[in-house]
Amino acid sequence: MSILVNKNSRVVVQGFTGQEGSFHAAQMIDYGTCVVGGVTPGKSGQKHLDLPIFNTVEKSVKETAANVSVIFVPPALAADAIMEAAEAGIDVIVCITEGIPVNDMVQVKAYLKNKNSRLIGPNCPGIITPGEAKVGIMPGFIHKPGTIGVVSRSGTLTYEAVDQITKVGLGQSTCIGIGGDPVPGTSIKDAVELFEHDKDTEAIVLIGEIGGNMEADAARYIKANGSKPVVGFIAGATAPKGRTMGHAGAIVGSKDDTAEAKKEILKSCGVHVVESPADIGAKIITLI
Amino acid sequence: MNLHEYQAKSILKKNGVETPMGLTAENPAQAMTAAKEIKDKTGSDKWAVKAQIHAGGRGKGGGVKIAKSIDEVKKYAEDIIGMQLVTPQTPPEGKKVNKILIEQNIFYPGESKPEEFYMSFLLNRDTGRNICMYSPKGGVNIEEVAEETPEYIFTEEINPCVGLQAFQSRRIAFNLGLKGSAFKSMLQFSQALYKAFINADCQLIEINPVIKTSDNKIIAADAKLSIDNNALFRQPEIAEMRDITEEDPAEVEAGKYNLNYVKLNGNVGCMVNGAGLAMATMDIIKLSGGEPANFLDVGGAANAERVEKAFRIILKDDTVKAILVNIFGGIVRCDRVANGIVDAYKNIGEIKIPIVVRLQGTNAEEAKKIIDNSGLKVFSAITLKEAAEQVKDVLK
Repeated sequence: MSILVNKNSRVVVQGFTGQEGSFHAAQMIDYGTCVVGGVTPGKSGQKHLDLPIFNTVEKSVKETAANVSVIFVPPALAADAIMEAAEAGIDVIVCITEGIPVNDMVQVKAYLKNKNSRLIGPNCPGIITPGEAKVGIMPGFIHKPGTIGVVSRSGTLTYEAVDQITKVGLGQSTCIGIGGDPVPGTSIKDAVELFEHDKDTEAIVLIGEIGGNMEADAARYIKANGSKPVVGFIAGATAPKGRTMGHAGAIVGSKDDTAEAKKEILKSCGVHVVESPADIGAKIITLI
Repeated sequence: MNLHEYQAKSILKKNGVETPMGLTAENPAQAMTAAKEIKDKTGSDKWAVKAQIHAGGRGKGGGVKIAKSIDEVKKYAEDIIGMQLVTPQTPPEGKKVNKILIEQNIFYPGESKPEEFYMSFLLNRDTGRNICMYSPKGGVNIEEVAEETPEYIFTEEINPCVGLQAFQSRRIAFNLGLKGSAFKSMLQFSQALYKAFINADCQLIEINPVIKTSDNKIIAADAKLSIDNNALFRQPEIAEMRDITEEDPAEVEAGKYNLNYVKLNGNVGCMVNGAGLAMATMDIIKLSGGEPANFLDVGGAANAERVEKAFRIILKDDTVKAILVNIFGGIVRCDRVANGIVDAYKNIGEIKIPIVVRLQGTNAEEAKKIIDNSGLKVFSAITLKEAAEQVKDVLK
């Protein structure tokens, strides 16, 4: 089993005919994901990658029963694209776009409050259930079906962790990149909670970074409810205060959101924290 | 993106926030003309002379003075313009002052005593909502107030669908202990400040102090504005306000090539694809006995041109004793990146410091061969652990 996406997911691509959208849609199809079509306003009736194009997400849902969307539209239009997907009743919205203004995401978050959609991202690599569905930009071949749930705020650092997990002989139930922005749709705690309730996830790898309180929230949840071993790594122990380290959300604001403080709280809540990102695979295998 | 105080105040004023009358000057003569004009328009016979640099604590370093005569304005202008201003927030060598702001005095005597408050608007990341944080204890370090007397820190959470509501503005004014016309002025002030926060796509507005004048006006005496870089595409006027003399020249240079670079003080440079992996690579450097000299995300397309630019930027820093390149090739193939690194190396000519290249992912083995057979002084690695060991070795 898995969380959020699987072989029955029917994926619609927003920003289907753009350069990024085209490239990654083809990669997702190659992986075996059930991509049912795409949305590019004004191109309805045409085909792209042998799949139908729709003017609106709503229409794509009606025609194809799409229940997952993946968004590749530019930052200025991405907030609108997320809300359109939610309005159309999409269950899982994955927003890859990097560079959405924070205040747009503040509005999106409020808009989604009364909707039944789950947003993953923005500024994220997406979500993959190995062997079933790849909804995002991650390299599919490093993944292997298995029982480790991975949640991370990063892209390539997630691939690093996944690769280590695969190379020690384990596989992943689902991997979620929640994204590096200050206002994400899904938090680390949300993802951990989903893995906790997934009967086929045996252990969890949690990759956090400096900035915000998401790791502390997840740690408290794990302490109160967690029944599965969790390996944690926090990136940015050497980052200076007050500087944004690539991800808009990766900035140390106070003594509570440093890597040290986050490692401490994770440890105190029973998470197996590794100091080096090279040790993630080696650690998880000892806990299975 | 950070702004100077005078730029921040121009944005506030445009949105209806009351600010002191002020004019900028780049030399003492301009400062005297500005002071005279302010006196003519406001009747003020004292002036604040304020250094315009991107750092707080300017008063502590001698960058803010109250002049009691035009002659004093001239004297302080002479002192401050061109000085290396050192404050708790600047680098140790300080920042050069190119411009000053001359403002009317707002601490004039009158029917009541002037009071100082604190007010800021910012994102609460826990809730994904903006908040107004305010305190009756203004004009002092707000972090200390929060630490020592948290009961004096108040917040209003803002529903983004409707904005800051009137009842919230009333609560703010009540909690600040205001009444009469000062109360009314504060209602207008908090509303205008929120308007500025949204209209200018701010990440932060911090007014410390907010002044209640002796005649019950509410004025932003200082202003710190930080703009969301992701929103600059729709804020062309604000994007024009960027002052690159306030930034590290290497960071400005890197920005031109869309390389995300932050200069640090260590001895091992690094070049990585992806921000999270870049931070993790810095951490690895530290665990291997070095100190990271920078953060550098080359992004997805780690081609020869970008790699060369990145090398050149890292090599400008002569405290760098080694470089660790860490690329996880997912969609981008490692052998291509390896060829890019070899080409970049050859284009630069002789690089005198050791370079460790770790390429993992698609075609990692071929990539290692390309590096090993290049004949260059480059050490190759595939796993992160090997890379960490290599860094340890080259630092010996």
